[in-house]
Formats: sequence, structure tokens, C-alpha cells
Amino acid sequence: MVIGLAAVRMRSLFALAMLSGAFSLVAAGLFVTLDAVDVAFTEAAVGAGISTVLMLGTLALTSRYERPPAHKPWLPLFVVVVTGAALIYGTLDMPNFGDAEAPAMTHVMPDYLEREPHEIGVPNIVTAILASYRGYDTMGETAVVFTAGIGVLVLLSGLARRRRRRRGADARAEQGDADT
Amino acid sequence: MMRHHLILRIITKILVGLIMLFAFYVQFHGDYSPGGGFQAGVIMAVAFILYGLVFTVEKAQQVLPPWLVHKAMAAGLLIYAGTGVVSLLLGANFLDYNVLNAHDPEHGQELGILLVEGGVGITVTAVMVSIYYAFVDRTPVISDEEW
Repeated sequence: MVIGLAAVRMRSLFALAMLSGAFSLVAAGLFVTLDAVDVAFTEAAVGAGISTVLMLGTLALTSRYERPPAHKPWLPLFVVVVTGAALIYGTLDMPNFGDAEAPAMTHVMPDYLEREPHEIGVPNIVTAILASYRGYDTMGETAVVFTAGIGVLVLLSGLARRRRRRRGADARAEQGDADT
Repeated sequence: MMRHHLILRIITKILVGLIMLFAFYVQFHGDYSPGGGFQAGVIMAVAFILYGLVFTVEKAQQVLPPWLVHKAMAAGLLIYAGTGVVSLLLGANFLDYNVLNAHDPEHGQELGILLVEGGVGITVTAVMVSIYYAFVDRTPVISDEEW
């Protein structure tokens, strides 16, 4: 919360990247206390590690400071407040943390817990559901990661190659001029 | 370049091995403890990115050349889908690992999960590292004084 408020006031993008990394690390700690250790792994590695590095890489390509805003912040603030209020209103209907009567615990969960030991035999049920019962989903996720990687590569390296090719064409044209 | 930063270099040298070890632990112990391919993949990628940050990207690219990373991105997904195709060829549904071991379906499941998680890990590592390479290849080198 404090980190978020500090990030809103900040104009230096370098400090902003660092703050978002710190925020991710705090969030990872929060996930650990909520017993979601694998989510915490991912948050710490991706949020605090890789994305901070990538943001710094982007910063090196662009400017170091944010431009002062050109318009009043009231409309965006209104949208954010309304969305936030709707989300908080939505959480009111959610079951309490660790509630044994929660819908997620009563429908498929006991079924998986009962079937898993003699069907799959892997002690970690999360892994069994992810990789075996929901194998299609996980394959889709892997495909999404793959596609995202390809997309970034095409966006970033395609531009450089095109520029290089144009430079090569220019050089060839100059050579042709010199020849004639 | 980068001859100073002595502490950073020493700490990185110690940590990179440990991070990779932890990545393998998360990968192969995912059957028993939290974690799996996605988590192990990003942790592995962090090891390479940390190495690249401290010892320049050229050194990291000597260890893990960009062409290999690009191939690995596709290879991971192919391992995943290939596992499904093998189970298809063995006469079961797509991604049904029971048939992978003729004697014991549970062992077949374990083998299938191992292969599939391995594919996920390879793809995630390769994608993260290649995104990092793509960013860094475009970055003009910043002199240390500028920071």
C-alpha cells in the first residue's frame, strides 16, 4: 500500500521500476503467508526479478523521467475508484478464507482428493491436476507463453533487422552511385 | 568494462549455481512439493539473466547462444504436445499418460507428468531468456557514470 502510494507520486522512472520490484517482493511474501507457495515463487522470480530487469532495459531505450501529465487526473481517478468499489463489492460475496463450506471445496475438490492417490499416485495434488487432469489447459498455457515470446521477438528484433537491411540497401545504392 | 563491482561479481558467481540448483529442485521435486515447470522455468531464467547482468550479455550468450534459446522455445512445446501424440499412438486419449508404462498406469502417469513439466520448464526458460536477449540487443551500452 505504502509502496503503491509512493509509486503514484514518483516521476523518476528508474525509482519507479525499483518500487514495482519491491512491491512484487512484498506481494510474494503475502502469497507465502496465504500458503500459496508456488504463486509466491513465480511472483518473486517474474515480478521482482525479470520484469524489473526488462523495465530497466526499456528505460535504457527511452527517457529516464516521466513527462508531466497533459490533462487533469479526475476522469481516470473516477474510473479507478468505481472499478475498485465494484471489485470490493464483489469480494463481499466470496466465502471466508479457509472456509470448508466454500463452493471450491465442495464440488470437484473432494472428488479429486479421493481419486488422485490411486489414479495418478503423485503426492502433490496441484501438480497432478495441472499436468494430468487438466493437461489440455496447461498445454494451452505453454502455447500462450510460447506465442508471447515469439511476439516479443518479432516486435523487437524484426525492427532492428529491417533497419539493418535498409542501411545495407542505402550502402549498396551509394556504391552504385559511386560506380556510375 | 565491469572490472569493478567486485562484490557483485563474487556474489553472483556463488548465487548462480545455487539458483540453478533450486530451479532443478523445483522442477523435479514438483511431484512432492509446491512448484513445477512454470516456476522452475522462471527461476532458471533468472539465473541466466543475473549472469548476463553482472558479466555482460556476451558472456551469457556464450553459455546459452540465442539460436539455441529460440530452438528451445519451440522444443519445450513440442515435448509437451509430443507426449500427447505418443499416448495417442499407444491407443489412448491425447495426453492420457496411463499407457506410457505398460505395466503400471501410475508409473505411466508419473512419466507423463515428468515429460510434460519438463517441456513447460524448457519453454518458459527459453522464452524469458530470449525476451531478455531481445531487449538487451537493442540497448545502447550505458556508461557506468551515467547511472
